Amino acid sequence: MLQIDGVTKRYGDRTALDAVSFEVGDGRLTGFVGGNGAGKTTTMRIILGVLSADSGVVRLGGSALGPDDRRRFGYMPEERGLYAKMKVAEQLVYLARLHGVSRRDAEASTTDLLERLELAERRDDTVESLSLGNQQRAQIAAALVHSPEVLILDEPFSGLDPMAVETVLGVLHDVAKQGAPVLFSSHQLDVVERLCDDVVVIAHGQIRASGSKQKLQDDNAVRQFELLVASDAAWVREMPGVTVLDFDGGYALFEADDDEAAQGVLRRALQQGAVASFAPRHRTLTEIFTEVVK
Amino acid sequence: MTITDTRAHTRANTFAQSAMLVADREVRMRLRSKAFIVSSAILLLAVVASIVAGSIFGASASSAMTRVAVVGDGAALAQVASLEVTTVGSVDEAERLVRAGDVEAAIVPGDGPTGLQIVALDEAPGDLVQLLSASPEVTLLEPADQNSGLAYLVGLGFGIVFFMAATLFGTTIAQSVVEEKSTRVVEILMSAISARALLAGKVIGNTFLAFGQIVLIAAAAIVGLVVTGQDALLGDLGPSIVWFVVFFAVGFVLLAALFASAAALVSRQEDIGSVTTPVMMLVMIPYFLIVFAWDNDLVLTIMSYVPFSAPIGMPMRIYLGTAEWWEPLLSLLVILATTVVVVLFGSKIYANSLLRTGARVKVLEALRG
Repeated sequence: MLQIDGVTKRYGDRTALDAVSFEVGDGRLTGFVGGNGAGKTTTMRIILGVLSADSGVVRLGGSALGPDDRRRFGYMPEERGLYAKMKVAEQLVYLARLHGVSRRDAEASTTDLLERLELAERRDDTVESLSLGNQQRAQIAAALVHSPEVLILDEPFSGLDPMAVETVLGVLHDVAKQGAPVLFSSHQLDVVERLCDDVVVIAHGQIRASGSKQKLQDDNAVRQFELLVASDAAWVREMPGVTVLDFDGGYALFEADDDEAAQGVLRRALQQGAVASFAPRHRTLTEIFTEVVK
Repeated sequence: MTITDTRAHTRANTFAQSAMLVADREVRMRLRSKAFIVSSAILLLAVVASIVAGSIFGASASSAMTRVAVVGDGAALAQVASLEVTTVGSVDEAERLVRAGDVEAAIVPGDGPTGLQIVALDEAPGDLVQLLSASPEVTLLEPADQNSGLAYLVGLGFGIVFFMAATLFGTTIAQSVVEEKSTRVVEILMSAISARALLAGKVIGNTFLAFGQIVLIAAAAIVGLVVTGQDALLGDLGPSIVWFVVFFAVGFVLLAALFASAAALVSRQEDIGSVTTPVMMLVMIPYFLIVFAWDNDLVLTIMSYVPFSAPIGMPMRIYLGTAEWWEPLLSLLVILATTVVVVLFGSKIYANSLLRTGARVKVLEALRG
């Protein structure tokens, strides 16, 4: 488990991170969401040791991270880039060896990864000669070539074409399945919602919410229900303990004071005629996000 | 897709291993660059050409015999080593030989104090005139060890080679630093190895290349001198060439660290010039000093102890024979100490500037971190 504990970073008078604490569980895909300048990249750079924190620690498996642990991290920085004039395979082998992989293993891993990312034919081309899509694949390969045990990806989906997005998704799942903590940031909340086990929300350098997606939804739940009936549903307004939020013919979205009030609406609806659907409404991550970030 | 099948095993690289990996990449990439190969070849050719040219001019001046026709008794003149004497019977016959080009000049009896007259075709033969003139004896109170014209050329040679190599590799290392910043690959590198290891690798790699080039040039110079039969010059020049190589190796580490940390302050190739200019000046000043003050003892002595100019100044003084045996060692210590200090500050600037892209980073900010 990767633990970020009380990490604070200041740039002059500005506090970029204010006692940031959260956890990334083993085998958990954790989405890291927040607006521009909220502190996502700074947090990730501190986890990777690329930046140093003013205070606070990052732990892996309970002990503070050192440079030796970080070589087992896979990192995709927000600002993409590889050596433009180096050949793809040569570059991946080099990066793997910098992480402490032996030459033989580095070459085997590179060949395998290029095969999987459908870049095998381009292995001896320079990076600058690749198409944009293939450059992105090469970038993904760079984060994975040393078989990392922890993955930290800063905006892995931004600028990716749909095919590459699927590739990255597949890779993230694979790595998480093997028990690695995976943390990735994204602006695309729908992707985070679809993909993540856990979510961490950051705003103005402070963690606003963190935990499983389910817990986040429960914590921020409201007692809202949607009812769809065959006949006109105008009567819902007259029910006790109920506030109608939206109404259109046979559709009603209402907020109930308690479960009993909601059940009362359902019973009444059944008496009136056929009920097409009745369900509690889950708020989307986007709604929750805009609320907790405020 | 699974990533278990070729799971790579990692073990921690030591600082030295990381630095060597970086150095290895620097060397390989540079040797692949056509511009590098061509500029190195030109520098090497220039050195070899100047030695060969020196040998040809030297040979034509010394060994060519001047053919002369002598009227009367040529026996005394035949003793003169550089003259090939043809004895003829009359002035007319001598003039005929001169006109025909069979001899360069004729020595005939004349009226002057020497009793001789020289007949030539269209130009007075200076060598011959000098040979037959009586010169007063000259005594030098403080004879120079070396011929002054040659000393100037030697100084210029050290100056040019140092200046060219330092500029070439200094620019190379600066570009390589900025390349990593501008392509953002530096962030991946820093997540794997420390900034110091990265800097050390760059400095080692480029110093190795620069040193290799200097050794190659020195070897070509020595072989060239031997092959062209200029052994005597080699005996004079040899020790200073060896010292030049030693001083260059240490001096270049110093310059490389300066170039690398200066370049780390900017993020774009276009901005390299603005930050490396001060370092470039440090390389140019000794070059100009050696050109204009190569025979000034005081200037040379100061140059031989200032770290940036010592690689030129000290070998020059060794060549001129004005340096005591301990002086190069002392100067080397001065350079080493300066290098350590510069590398310490440089690596701090380097580490603190690498992730700051966009506007140029101020040196003081980079030092503060």
